[in-house]
Amino acid sequence: MSWVSKTLNSTLGKKLLMALTGIFLILFLVVHLAGNLQLLLPDDGKAFNIYAETMASNPLIRVVGILNFGFIALHAIYSAILTRHNKKSRPVGYAVTNASANSTWSSRNMGILGALILVFILVHLRGFWYEFKFGEIPYVTYDGVTYKDGYTVVAAAYENILYVIFYVVSMGVLAFHLSHGFASAFQTLGINHSKYTPFIKKLGLGFAIIIPALFALIPIIMFLQNS
Amino acid sequence: MNLTLKVWRQKNTSDKGGFKTYKISGISADMSFLEMLDVLNEDLSGKGEDPVHFDHDCREGICGMCSLHINGQPHGPQQTTTCQLHMRSFKDGETITIEPWRANAFPIVKDLVVDRSAFDRIIQSGGYVSVNTGGVPDANEIPIPKVIADESFDAATCIGCGACVAACKNASAMLFVSAKISQLALLPQGKVEKRARAEKMVAQMDAEGFGACTNTGACSAECPKEIKQSNIARMNREYFAASVSTEKV
Ligand code: HEM
Ligand code: SF4
Ligand code: FES
Repeated sequence: MSWVSKTLNSTLGKKLLMALTGIFLILFLVVHLAGNLQLLLPDDGKAFNIYAETMASNPLIRVVGILNFGFIALHAIYSAILTRHNKKSRPVGYAVTNASANSTWSSRNMGILGALILVFILVHLRGFWYEFKFGEIPYVTYDGVTYKDGYTVVAAAYENILYVIFYVVSMGVLAFHLSHGFASAFQTLGINHSKYTPFIKKLGLGFAIIIPALFALIPIIMFLQNS
Repeated sequence: MNLTLKVWRQKNTSDKGGFKTYKISGISADMSFLEMLDVLNEDLSGKGEDPVHFDHDCREGICGMCSLHINGQPHGPQQTTTCQLHMRSFKDGETITIEPWRANAFPIVKDLVVDRSAFDRIIQSGGYVSVNTGGVPDANEIPIPKVIADESFDAATCIGCGACVAACKNASAMLFVSAKISQLALLPQGKVEKRARAEKMVAQMDAEGFGACTNTGACSAECPKEIKQSNIARMNREYFAASVSTEKV
């Protein structure tokens, strides 16, 4: 085995991959949110549609997009490998546990939380990414230039109260995943310092609340606007 | 105090095992948990029954031999060793469930006794300083800042009890291994071999079948010596740095 695969196959190496892909996904969430918030501008989707088109045609963004798929897959695959390994490390469990005395619920349920996020990502990709790229999609013209009207697709989806609820609940799940994951990734990378770690923990908690809340606000507002 | 004990009984490693319930009375609140078990065992021996096997040695919180998962927590409800846990931490009439450490790498020997020699093998793989023989160096020849000495000493207080493994949902030994890597990596004498040491000890830890770390922090919260999470971060740094920098391919 080469030294690279030896390192990445160790328990520490697998966690390193989780942390690096997790941090990439965290950064991706910020960019994604910046785009989504344009859905709320009172311009019937003009800014959002132009933004979506610009992103889709920029070669650099397309490379990052492909990387993003790869990293989600890597994060999910290693999550399964680690969760299985960890279960095997305690084949016989305890009859009585008092885990809430020593750790947070989120930190003990990252696997379940992650699996739920994966379901959301798949539904989300089918509903929007696939539709934008390969589906029958209306077109609009701004200043003589034709754009795909993704805004209308999104607005139509958010007329369905069930979809809105699914979206909001999924963001809640993401919030719990991040409430542990954000700070945890720094610890995995070996960053633990009496000056910075308390700040990282607070930042992580703030991030875990604010980012999913803003994501969740979009379908709620669009639903209310439609009805 | 009168208590009901639900104790894990298992004849040997391959036996399936199961809980047995015992009633015990006349327990003083000032007794340690192990003294309470001594009373139970005297009772059992008197009746010609096999006493409950459990590990212990110093009974003063320094050897790390005592174990026991008590009411869902390693070493019970207080953050201390089981020998330093007192019956005043329990209520009269309470039912106490006593289980062995549960980990693939800690096979059960009998009843509540588990084999923790996996820890010894991790130490053997690199948890030492190679010393050349010769004259004794002057005490103050190697200056060590007080903060560094303290940090190293904090890590060195780990008694190898295994409560971190027992507490972790992944049965991970990261806290133990990181304490052993840290205590040496911080000091000039240990720095020389720190890279190779991190690689060897992590490899042995994985070979023993311990789990990975999810950073839940359960280990530090249950560790009787309050070994800190920052040691695990240091181990991660040492290991990744070793992996990219040592000459060994
Ligand atoms: C936008 C989506 C996601 C983000 C931002 C994210 C972020 C993170 C971060 C930062 C960590 C901490 C890594 C560490 O402790 O070093 C983490 C851990 C984890 N993630 Fe995710 N994640 C996402 C999606 C997923 C998905 C889809 C899955 C599973 C299918 C998943 C499963 C896990 C698991 C199991 C862990 C804990 C691994 C362990 O320490 O044992 N995550 N995630
Ligand atoms: S780190 Fe703490 S809990 Fe783990 S073996 Fe050392 S003293 Fe025991
Ligand atoms: S018996 Fe030595 S620490 Fe408990």
